[in-house]
Amino acid sequence: MSTEAWTLIIVGITFAFYLYIGYMNRVRETAGFYVAGRGVPAIANGAATAADWMSGASFVSMAGLIAFLGYDGAVYLMGWTGGYVLLALLLAPYLRKYGKYTVPDFIGDRYYSNGARSVAAIATVFISLTYVAGQMRAVGIVFSRFLQVNIVLGVIIGMAIVAFFAVLGGMKGITWTQVAQYTILILAYLITAWAISAKLTGNPVPQLSLTFSDIAVRLNQIQTDLGLKEYLAPFQHFSQLNVLFITLALMIGTAGLPHVIIRFYTVPSVADARKSAGWALLFIVILYTTAPALAVFAKYNILHTINDKPVEDVQNIGWVQSWMETGLLKLEDKNGDGVFTMTSDKESNEIVFDRDIIVLSTPEVAELAPWVVGLVAAGGLAAALSTAAGLLLAMSSAFSHDIYYRILRPEADERQRLIVGRATIFVAILIAGYFGVHPPGFVGEVVAFAFGLAAASLFPAIFLGIFDKRMNREGAIAGILTGLIFTIVMIVLIRSTKLLGTQEPLLDSFLGVNAQGVGVYGAILNFIVSLVVSRLTAPPPEHIQHMVEEIRVPYGAGQATAH
Amino acid sequence: MDQQSNDKAKAYWRANIRLIAILLAIWAVVSYGAAILFAEPLSNVNVGQIPMSFWFAQQGAMIIFVILIFVYAWRMNKIDRQFNVEEKGEEDKS
Repeated sequence: MSTEAWTLIIVGITFAFYLYIGYMNRVRETAGFYVAGRGVPAIANGAATAADWMSGASFVSMAGLIAFLGYDGAVYLMGWTGGYVLLALLLAPYLRKYGKYTVPDFIGDRYYSNGARSVAAIATVFISLTYVAGQMRAVGIVFSRFLQVNIVLGVIIGMAIVAFFAVLGGMKGITWTQVAQYTILILAYLITAWAISAKLTGNPVPQLSLTFSDIAVRLNQIQTDLGLKEYLAPFQHFSQLNVLFITLALMIGTAGLPHVIIRFYTVPSVADARKSAGWALLFIVILYTTAPALAVFAKYNILHTINDKPVEDVQNIGWVQSWMETGLLKLEDKNGDGVFTMTSDKESNEIVFDRDIIVLSTPEVAELAPWVVGLVAAGGLAAALSTAAGLLLAMSSAFSHDIYYRILRPEADERQRLIVGRATIFVAILIAGYFGVHPPGFVGEVVAFAFGLAAASLFPAIFLGIFDKRMNREGAIAGILTGLIFTIVMIVLIRSTKLLGTQEPLLDSFLGVNAQGVGVYGAILNFIVSLVVSRLTAPPPEHIQHMVEEIRVPYGAGQATAH
Repeated sequence: MDQQSNDKAKAYWRANIRLIAILLAIWAVVSYGAAILFAEPLSNVNVGQIPMSFWFAQQGAMIIFVILIFVYAWRMNKIDRQFNVEEKGEEDKS
């Protein structure tokens, strides 16, 4: 059977499976819709969080990104995992104890202010929206690459699937679908990584062969010989200061992302929230420790197979032909010496490959059966759909629960709230789909926005709300606004060539830190302004201080959620 | 809240903060320390075949992060029981 047929069958089976799970988990009340009735076991919530977290881009592009950055790729590896430690130790257990449904719920109640609630809700919608546009795009790209389906049709199919289980099942449907999607994506990733690891080093465990075989050293040697940057040496692509700040911004941003935080409302108890964060990170780290190994194997293999080899030999390799056809691999014997040579100079370089090829070409390079290619396609789709679903729910709950119910129509009954919840998630899917078909030209820039804004606004407000009993409404609102405005202005100025269309960036960096890391300064400003303003204004009312004492102890978590 | 339970709540919170501080110190040492601030000196020491700083940056730090969260969950459950503030299988009525 051909690769396309296998892909079609496997993708079809997994989609039918998601629809079945979505139908089985349809809900009738808002607690089910927003927090899955708080009945999700810790380990299942961990798997769902991992699927939520790992996007289509993590699955398809991250290993490639690391292959290009070498050592400095660690900013993403550590940044996107270290945030879970902050989340598990500083936020998740207390937010679970507090109960309720959303992040703006906590901020609005803790700071006894609908103004704070609205700012948090708008930040949630904005952060999630910037993120989800890229997910729908990824769905379209996977469809078009593996099944030769038009991107627009791919996006529409993806939207229909997500709409089905998200509108019908809300958080409950999304959670159990994500558990299935995690299983598919991790199997697809690991099977290919094991196979190429065994082929190149004789050891099937990628983490071990990266550390104990000499393949990384050999790759480093090849890169040095070619005049490329050293693979194993730090700070070749980013300065030490930037590595520090980007890692920190991604960690704090991760802990402040609303679609991740709300997952911890779904578990039955505070102890489960703590444990569940551990499971989530374990499931994420299984993929994240495999990715850097895959990066080394695939890059070594490509350079070793193509570089300095005769043109005719290279062009006869099967996977070289198929990837040259897609345009992801470009080979050109520019100086006519009969061999392809990679150099660090753009003009004379004869080997150019897209970073996505690192993961996508591995099954063919490792000569795996055609069904594995189908499984990789299904894995990429699972990663993109699960992340999109989680983001859509975060966005819709911020609107339907926080803005509609808590601010505009507090008298709305259960049935009306559920209708509005379903309607907003449907509208959110349409908006996401629109951006998937017409992607804004700056998708790469919006990720810096999402993490920078989460780091500079939501994380400090939630953290201080739990750990500083004296923090009040005035301090929190002043802090959030300072952090938000500073970070937005800085990112726009530093990335002005893409965002405003200026010839030169209006600002090169802020104190040596680039746009991806500048959220750290935003977070620091938020902390300082919050603390200073809160000490100069009246302390929070008695019942709020009492509430802070309440959320600090696990006892009575069940009661706190009954309302 | 009477004085006695107030003191107990404060002691519980102090125990929690102490545990968090210890674990976050380890979190910072393995990531910001081993992989960033001391990346250059640690490049001269090997783990297996690769430099130690590279191993921490792309493998070790992440593995230790996972362990830190499970240690926190395990220690906090003990502290919860010690101070008698754990949830006692209450039914969630929401």
